[in-house]
Amino acid sequence: MTGTVPQVDSIDSAVATPDQPQPYRELGLADDEYARIREILGRRPTDAELAMYAVMWSEHCSYKSSKVHLKYFGETTTPQMRGRMLAGIGENAGVVEIGDGWAVTFKVESHNHPSYVEPYQGAATGVGGIVRDIMAMGARPVAVADPLRFGPADAPDTARVLPGVVAGIGGYGNCLGLPNVGGEVVFDPSYSGNPLVNALCVGSMRVEDLHLAFASGVGNKIILFGARTGLDGIGGVSVLASETFSGDEDGSGRKKLPSVQVGDPFTEKVLIECCLELFHAGLVVGIQDLGGAGLACATSELASAGDGGMQVDLDAVPLRATGMTAAEILASESQERMCAVVRPEDVERFMAVCRKWDVLAAVIGEVTEDDRLRITWRGETVVDVPPRTVADEGPVYHRPVERSAAQDALVANTPDALPRPAAPSELRAEILRMAASPNLCSRAWVTDQYDRYVRGNTVLAQPADAGVVRVDEESGRGVAVATDCNARFVALDPYVGTQLALAEAYRNVAVSGAEPIAVTNCLNFGSPEDPHVMWQFAEAVRGLADGCATLGIPVTGGNVSFYNQTGDRPILPTPVIGVLGVFEDVRRRVRCGFTRDGDAVVLLGATRDELGGSEWAHVAHGHLGGRPPAVDLAAEQRLAALLAAAAADGVLTGAHDLSEGGLAQALVESSLVGERGARIAPPPGLDPFVALFAESAGRALVTVAEPDAEAFLARVGEAGVPASRLGTTGGAELVIGELPALSLDELRTAWEGTLPALFGSP
Amino acid sequence: MTMRIGVITFPGTLDDIDAARAVRHAGAEPVALWHGDHDLRGVAAVVVPGGFSYGDYLRAGAIASLAPIMTEVIDEARRGLPVLGICNGFQILCEAGLLPGALVRNAGLHFVCRDQRLRIDSTETAWTSDYTRGQEIVVPLKSGEGRYVAGAATLAELEAEGRVVFRYVGENPNDALSDIAGIASADGRVVGLMPHPEHAIDPLTGPSTDGLGVFTSVLTAVAAA
Repeated sequence: MTGTVPQVDSIDSAVATPDQPQPYRELGLADDEYARIREILGRRPTDAELAMYAVMWSEHCSYKSSKVHLKYFGETTTPQMRGRMLAGIGENAGVVEIGDGWAVTFKVESHNHPSYVEPYQGAATGVGGIVRDIMAMGARPVAVADPLRFGPADAPDTARVLPGVVAGIGGYGNCLGLPNVGGEVVFDPSYSGNPLVNALCVGSMRVEDLHLAFASGVGNKIILFGARTGLDGIGGVSVLASETFSGDEDGSGRKKLPSVQVGDPFTEKVLIECCLELFHAGLVVGIQDLGGAGLACATSELASAGDGGMQVDLDAVPLRATGMTAAEILASESQERMCAVVRPEDVERFMAVCRKWDVLAAVIGEVTEDDRLRITWRGETVVDVPPRTVADEGPVYHRPVERSAAQDALVANTPDALPRPAAPSELRAEILRMAASPNLCSRAWVTDQYDRYVRGNTVLAQPADAGVVRVDEESGRGVAVATDCNARFVALDPYVGTQLALAEAYRNVAVSGAEPIAVTNCLNFGSPEDPHVMWQFAEAVRGLADGCATLGIPVTGGNVSFYNQTGDRPILPTPVIGVLGVFEDVRRRVRCGFTRDGDAVVLLGATRDELGGSEWAHVAHGHLGGRPPAVDLAAEQRLAALLAAAAADGVLTGAHDLSEGGLAQALVESSLVGERGARIAPPPGLDPFVALFAESAGRALVTVAEPDAEAFLARVGEAGVPASRLGTTGGAELVIGELPALSLDELRTAWEGTLPALFGSP
Repeated sequence: MTMRIGVITFPGTLDDIDAARAVRHAGAEPVALWHGDHDLRGVAAVVVPGGFSYGDYLRAGAIASLAPIMTEVIDEARRGLPVLGICNGFQILCEAGLLPGALVRNAGLHFVCRDQRLRIDSTETAWTSDYTRGQEIVVPLKSGEGRYVAGAATLAELEAEGRVVFRYVGENPNDALSDIAGIASADGRVVGLMPHPEHAIDPLTGPSTDGLGVFTSVLTAVAAA
């Protein structure tokens, strides 16, 4: 299409036509929000200004419903917890020091709604976006992981969404050369019309290479580099991510198709290498990635965080579509773009590095003396605003918060009366059924589509409790990362459930042998306009912040994703919690499973009759109700300290966290991953069913060499961790008490067959 | 003097640091070669590593095979320079005409990442002399377009001349013809394979150390030349 040059809606024309109707509602702005923009500017906004405010004041960018709750993180983070933290909430990603002059940055973000509309591109650009966040801190991205939630495994739409999402994550991540080291795949009917596609990225850097997003130094140039700007993804944050989502064929889901971004991982890979070379050459004063809200976000955030104003000329932006308006250029969410602040004398060297990598770059503006963000297009000024009003001083809502009466009924509906298997043959059959169930079966169908080896620093990846990556090849210093959330527990008690998610991620990191040091999150909830959802959210935030304070590790950043619901039915509240741990030497990592014959198998932690929200209640009875397991963060701390110390001493030959599916599932996985069975006596004094399927927190299954067993048990006792010796590894069968033996072949068939049967052979 | 082995980086190359590490572990010095240069910097052998050169646009390996550095590689390979192509590198060597046949989409249509059993079917190459014939090794395979195909005459020639170097053992992961995972040029100096020996050099980060032999073999081959 060529031809029609759009009319420029300049500041002058806005002043001249104060009463011109503007489509602010279609852009997602409320009446009072529009009125406030007019008040700030003292006139009506231009089309371009309206587009900027609309995307920046969207729920996704402004956190307008969550802000009042999120500030509790700041209030509960002590100076001691901040000890290792170099950058925290509010930056592109949190950064923590891990020793020897190394720092690590990590963050999780959601790309839920785009991934429902167009699974492949939605998931792919989710990876791309989080990777650029990590790059914007000055780090080299070194690993990714993807916590995923889908509708029922056998639902027809899951067969559309899941393979596309997995292929998109693989297609983008594999092509970027980032190992995928973990993540989750969970099925639940509440995610049917609203899957959760969260993406985590970890980056590493030398402490002195930390970069922050700000535009400072009058006269410094603003350089946009990477891909061209096109019409894709316009309104992604405001239209897709910040509204209740209707995905039916004739509904708005179809109309919103153009709001999904399209990714090109090759461009991003080249951009990574280009950025790192620019950082190392000292050519970057400030840097910001272009993600949600595109240039509107990057320019206003850079200017808002800096010490001056900014002048930008949109005519200098390289475009890939003709006839774009200023508003479209500002709101475009075209992928693989970054924005840098560069000293004038460095511009030529900056451009030379970009040319080396065949990366397109253009000077689009400069830092100015006053405190305005001015944007021109076709010679006319189309934006003239105080940048803070766009980026930081958006609306703040105190949404109604109310625990609904239905919560009482949910809690009252305990699993106590559910029929439980008791006979040995029934228990055996239940173990097989559970192992084959969609939430517990092998994830190989998914993870085998991801490259876990690239860069040669992956020490642990699936199947493992945590992904472990070496950061420094000389010393072996490295990190572990795990994400977790049992959303059923959160639904039963958002405060406790979120602490259980924190405890599980913390424990998974500890089980791998690392010391947990920092927390990130991706808080996936329903509509903030639903008071019960806001109650879940507020409780979850409080639970997480209090939990982190108890554990003494800080929340370094996070992401809020609201409006995850189908019609008026919200998803299970799903605050995905990521925990980062540090290793002085990754050679001390502890592998998952029974790694050697003849080792002693020890269960750490106490088991109670806790089946509310359990996988067993879900699989056997489709039941969700009662209380979640109790959480004891002090006990988690003792367990983690014990595991880290034992790992450092090289005592543990294997370890595995107990979570969904309880001891039974941990035994099955330990046998299959380690490719050897074990003879096990269930812990004494417990009903065998409870011993096998209860989901009490604070537990891990470990193995130690037989000669070390006695000393280890003594050490466990001194550490104040309950323990019972369960048996010995070896053989081709898993033998549990009186139960008929389970052959590894039979277990493997059950565990590995489910996803290929549903989604086709890989 | 330490032997110098070149590792090429194209835009979109991913496993160059892994290949360089494997070269170092084998006792040689890795030398970075840039796609846009007409300069092999005097190296004694070249590794064309894995990745998605030029985004795999057009066809995997097609654009990279025309890069300036490849002109030099092709010339020198015809004079006996040992060249190893891993994964995307194998695709590039096929596109460059240094090896016969082509790599197409896996039969299952998915990207496959797994620890793969392979059999060494020829030790008469510059890159496999440190193995024994029939030896089984385990190295990672990770590719979406790894299915080796070639015409019947080419296949017959490869088999007759003993130029099938690596063969998949157990389940064929991509439906490659005759279970072919890797092949050699007629003079045995140029070898390409889909699996990644450079990811199997350290038990901490790989499934085995079985891949190291590829990189030590070439030291022997060059020393003998």
